[in-house]
Amino acid sequence: MKEETSQKPKLKLAVYWGAACGGCCVSVLDVHEKLLDVIAAADLVFWPIALDIKYKDVEAMPDKYIDVTLFNGAVRNSENEHIAKLLRQKSKVLVAYGSCAHMGGIPGLANFTTKEAIFKRVYEESESTVNPDKIFPQTHFDVDEGTLELPTFYNDVRSLNQVVDVDYYLPGCPPQSERLLEVFTLIATGAPLPPAGSVVGASEKTQCDECKRTKTENKKVKRFYRPIDIKDDGVTCFLEQGVICMGPSTRAGCGVRCIVGNAPCRGCYGPSEAASDPGAKMLSAIATMIDSNNEKEIEKVVETIDDPAGTFYRFSLPSSIIRRTIV
Amino acid sequence: MEFNPTIVAFLCNWCSYTGADLAGTSRMKYKPNVRVIRVMCSGRVDPTFVYKSFREGADGVLICGCHPGDCHYQEGNYKCLRRFKLMKKYITQMGIEPARLHLEWISASEGKQFAELIDSMTARIKELGPSKIKTVVETLAI
Repeated sequence: MKEETSQKPKLKLAVYWGAACGGCCVSVLDVHEKLLDVIAAADLVFWPIALDIKYKDVEAMPDKYIDVTLFNGAVRNSENEHIAKLLRQKSKVLVAYGSCAHMGGIPGLANFTTKEAIFKRVYEESESTVNPDKIFPQTHFDVDEGTLELPTFYNDVRSLNQVVDVDYYLPGCPPQSERLLEVFTLIATGAPLPPAGSVVGASEKTQCDECKRTKTENKKVKRFYRPIDIKDDGVTCFLEQGVICMGPSTRAGCGVRCIVGNAPCRGCYGPSEAASDPGAKMLSAIATMIDSNNEKEIEKVVETIDDPAGTFYRFSLPSSIIRRTIV
Repeated sequence: MEFNPTIVAFLCNWCSYTGADLAGTSRMKYKPNVRVIRVMCSGRVDPTFVYKSFREGADGVLICGCHPGDCHYQEGNYKCLRRFKLMKKYITQMGIEPARLHLEWISASEGKQFAELIDSMTARIKELGPSKIKTVVETLAI
């Protein structure tokens, strides 16, 4: 890491996980043998899933030392927030990598509940928990050797840009490795970068534009189905079969992988450029598909949509306008 | 201090706004709690308009359009009705009292009905109390 004797200084790359499942870090490895090309062009200076580099080592780096940081995961606790701020300070380019950093992602669904309810469920009620003394995690605990500390668990899950300034967003759950390579190649070759704040590694078009299923203009349904309730014919647009598919309001870029696999789009690539709220456009589109002008009938069709909030904001609740349940 | 709710009302240009205008020109009295935004059609009311109103501190949101069958654009009000029903379900999931969002058909001649609607909605929202949405969304994060 210290040897900078070679002619061309190598890029310094960092990958970090906040509140994440680890899938994004693995998606970096999914570039397979191309990782060798990456390593030829860049030094990985921080990557907790793969390298034993401590927080204090990052703290010791000069400001703007890291060229590119891929931050995946949402901001759930004080540790995530601290490292997000630290990496912002140490990095030239900070990329929100994956749906969680981009919009809050699946961990963001915790905004449907509260910290208290989560703690109660996890440390008291869950089937595998035995906790008769009701011991809950403490942020500070004094022992003979000193004080033990744990990060503070926040009330809300936040996306990365709700905590620090973000240069680029690379969406996906996880982002397609091909897109990462394209973006990385762009940076490594010194090509001009898009303006800060852009979504990179995704298309400006929607999933529907790339989807090969048969579509007509006549999207009218008498009821909605969950995918398990219907036998998909494998050819017709999911929406026309009454299955909610997030395609119309979701960016392309993944290669319509879910739909190709006969599952409706769940919206992990996030909304298109113009949408100020990720789920509103979808709610609007789905509602107008209801094939009735009669109030009672409309109510019946709406009943067949089980969980509108969770469906339309599956990956984006923290970055939506009403970003958590009102408690 | 008495709670004075703020209600954001989206009125369609052709029927409901004209109806509200009629209430005004006829010098009818109604509660001053409503903030009217004119839209070309109730079908133009994007869900984000509603969410944003709540997020910015509205205690109630009212949408008014032409009566069924009377829409200037044939079926904008039906689209609005469908969205309204789905939005109700969504805001209920988000912990917002569904009564804070209301839809009513007001024709150009129904000035009196408009005045009464504002009075009754103001009373209902007063009973519900101030909306917590703005405070919760802005302060609960940490």
